[in-house]
Amino acid sequence: MSRRSLTLLKNLARNANGSGFQTRSVTYMPRPGDGAPRAVTLIPGDGIGPLVTNAVEQVMEAMHAPIFFEKYDVHGEMSRVPPEVMESIRKNKVCLKGGLKTPVGGGVSSLNVQLRKELDLFASLVNCFNLPGLPTRHENVDIVVIRENTEGEYAGLEHEVVPGVVESLKVITKFCSERIAKYAFEYAYLNNRKKVTAVHKANIMKLADGLFLESCREVAKKYPSITYNEIIVDNCCMQLVAKPEQFDVMVTPNLYGNLVANTAAGIAGGTGVMPGGNVGADHAVFEQGASAGNVGKDKIVLENKANPVALLLSSAMMLRHLQFPSFADRLETAVKKVIAEGKCRTKDLGGTSTTQEVVDAVIAKLD
Amino acid sequence: MARRSVSIFNRLLANPPSPFTSLSRSITYMPRPGDGAPRTVTLIPGDGIGPLVTGAVEQVMEAMHAPVHFERYEVLGNMRKVPEEVIESVKRNKVCLKGGLATPVGGGVSSLNMQLRKELDIFASLVNCINVPGLVTRHENVDIVVIRENTEGEYSGLEHEVVPGVVESLKVITKFCSERIARYAFEYAYLNNRKKVTAVHKANIMKLADGLFLESCREVAKHYSGITYNEIIVDNCCMQLVAKPEQFDVMVTPNLYGNLIANTAAGIAGGTGVMPGGNVGAEHAIFEQGASAGNVGNDKMVEQKKANPVALLLSSAMMLRHLRFPTFADRLETAVKQVIKEGKYRTKDLGGDCTTQEVVDAVIAALE
Repeated sequence: MSRRSLTLLKNLARNANGSGFQTRSVTYMPRPGDGAPRAVTLIPGDGIGPLVTNAVEQVMEAMHAPIFFEKYDVHGEMSRVPPEVMESIRKNKVCLKGGLKTPVGGGVSSLNVQLRKELDLFASLVNCFNLPGLPTRHENVDIVVIRENTEGEYAGLEHEVVPGVVESLKVITKFCSERIAKYAFEYAYLNNRKKVTAVHKANIMKLADGLFLESCREVAKKYPSITYNEIIVDNCCMQLVAKPEQFDVMVTPNLYGNLVANTAAGIAGGTGVMPGGNVGADHAVFEQGASAGNVGKDKIVLENKANPVALLLSSAMMLRHLQFPSFADRLETAVKKVIAEGKCRTKDLGGTSTTQEVVDAVIAKLD
Repeated sequence: MARRSVSIFNRLLANPPSPFTSLSRSITYMPRPGDGAPRTVTLIPGDGIGPLVTGAVEQVMEAMHAPVHFERYEVLGNMRKVPEEVIESVKRNKVCLKGGLATPVGGGVSSLNMQLRKELDIFASLVNCINVPGLVTRHENVDIVVIRENTEGEYSGLEHEVVPGVVESLKVITKFCSERIARYAFEYAYLNNRKKVTAVHKANIMKLADGLFLESCREVAKHYSGITYNEIIVDNCCMQLVAKPEQFDVMVTPNLYGNLIANTAAGIAGGTGVMPGGNVGAEHAIFEQGASAGNVGNDKMVEQKKANPVALLLSSAMMLRHLRFPTFADRLETAVKQVIKEGKYRTKDLGGDCTTQEVVDAVIAALE
C-alpha cells in the first residue's frame, strides 16, 4: 500500500512541477495579410542603449519575427531629435529605443521628453511584477503604473525671476488629466484589472492636483465595476514598500509617476527587468520600463554586462502592439524561462553573465 | 517508505498544483487609447439550434461586460437569398457571428451559407480541432487546423442537365483562389508558430484541377523555408486522420475535401459540438460553429434545449481576439475549458445530460 502511494505521489509531484510556462493553444484567426513585415524605428541611444537594442535585434532575427528595424543614431547631447528620425517614427508609428542620456542642468532639454511631446505620447506604462524564479523582498507585486507623460512638472517652463530666484512652472490641464484617466480606466477594463488608484498631493497643491483628481473621479463614474481610490504620494511610497499587493493600476501625474514607477520596479526585481512603453493616439515608443534616469555606468558598458531583459520584454509588448501575439508569447516565455532557471543572470540580478550570454540563453530557449 | 511518501506529500501541499493551467498570466498588453470602444457585430441566429446557441453567446458577453454589441437579423434557411440589409450590416461591421442556416437538400435552392461567403468573398474557412482537457476521446494529441478554400471547387454551384437523366456538375479550380488560400495557410502557420502545412488533394485522378491547387501550394511553400510542407492524397489522409492524427498540424485543402476533413478531425477530437471555427476574407470575418456536419440539430434537441453551446462560445472567443480584445477572449476560453474539464455540466453529445442554459450558467459562474 505504501509502495502504491509512493508511485501515486511521485506521479502527482511530476505533473505538479511541470513548467509553469505552458504555451496555451488559443485559436487566433489572422486576417489575410497580417503576416506582412512591419518597419519599426530603432534608436539605440547612449550608454547601454546600443548593447540592449542589439540584443533585441538578435532575438528578433532568431525568431524570424516579421519586423525590420530602421536604425537611427541619436545621442543625448544633441540639441534636438533629428527631423528624419521624427519622420521615420511618424511613418512607422512604432519605435523601439534604448536610453537617451539627459545632461544635468545646463538648459539642454531632455530628448526623451521632446520625443514624447512632439509625438504626443501622453501615456507611459510600466508593468512591475515579480518574475518567477527571481527572489525579492516583496511578493505578490503586480502593479501597472500609468503616468501622464507630457505636462506636470516636466513642462520645462522655468525662468529666473531675479538673480538667485528661479520659478519652475508645473502645469496641469483638464484635457491631459482627463485623457490619462480615460486611458488608465480603459486599460484596467481591457486587461481585467480590478482597481485604479490615483496618486496625488492635493492636500498641498490643492488646485493643480485637485484638478487631476477631479478628472479621475469623473472618469471613474463611467466604470462602476472598477474600484477607484486615491492616495497621497508620500503615503503611497510608504505603502509600496510595506504592502505592495494592495496596488493594481496606478494613475499618476508626471513626476509622481516617475518616482512611483521606479520604486515599484525596484521592489519587484529592479529596473533591469521591467517592461514598459509610451503610447499616444497615433504612435507608440517602447523602451525599458523604468530606467531610473540613467543609461548605465561606463563600467557596465565596457564589460558588456547590461541587462537586456527589460528591453526584451518591452519588445514583446511591442510585438503584441503590432498584433503578432504568437511571437510575443514565444519571446516572453523564453525570457521568463531563462530568468527562472537562474543560470544566466547579469549583475543586477545577482549573477555575473554578460549581455551576450543572456541573449544566447534566450535564443536557445525559443521554441 | 511511508516516510518518503510523507515528505513528497508535504512538498506537494506546499506547492499545490493548479487543477488547470490558469490563463491569467501577467502579460503586458499596452492598448492604444480608444481600444476599449465597443464594437458592433452582426448576429444571425439562424435555424434549428442556432437561436439557442447564439442566445448563449449573448448571455456570456453580457456577463463579461465585453465591449461588443450585437445587431440581430432574422435569416432562415428557406429564404431565397440573404436579405440586403443583412449584407449591408456585415459590410459595415466587418464581423458577424452566426448560428447555422439549414440548407434544403436538392430542389435547386442555393445554400445561404455559401451565398454569404461568396458575396463577401470570405475565402478561407478555419477550424481548429483540438483535444479539450478533461474530455476523453479515442484519439490523443490532436491539434489540427484545417484551412479550407471557401468559394470555389465543387461548391461553385454550376450544374446543368445535359439531356434528361444526365447532369454535369462543374468543379472549378482557379490559380487565383488556390494561391490566396495557400498564402493564408502558410501565413497562419508562420504567425502561430506551427511547424508543418499539409496539402490535401486527389491529383492522381483530377490531374489538372487538383494539380493546379498543388502547384500553387508548392510555389507559396518556397517563400516559407522555416515551415515543412508535404502533400497527401485525400483518401490516405482520411485513413491517417483516424489512425495517427498527431502527424497533422495545419492542413490546407480545396472546398469539398476541407469540409470532410474538418468534420472528421472535429469528430476525433471531441465532436462538432466543441470545435471553434471561423471564415475570413480580406475585409470581413464570420464566426460560427467550426464544423457542423451540415446540420442544425434535430427537432428533439431544439425542443429540449439541449444543444451544445461550447463550439459557438469558443468561436466567439476567436471573434473577441479578432476584434483585438485578447483579455476578454482569454477569460471566456478559460471559463469554458474549466467547465468542460470539471465534467459536471455537459450536454448529451459529450456524454452528459444538461441543457444549454445549465452549461451557460456554469460558464458564467466560472468567469473570473
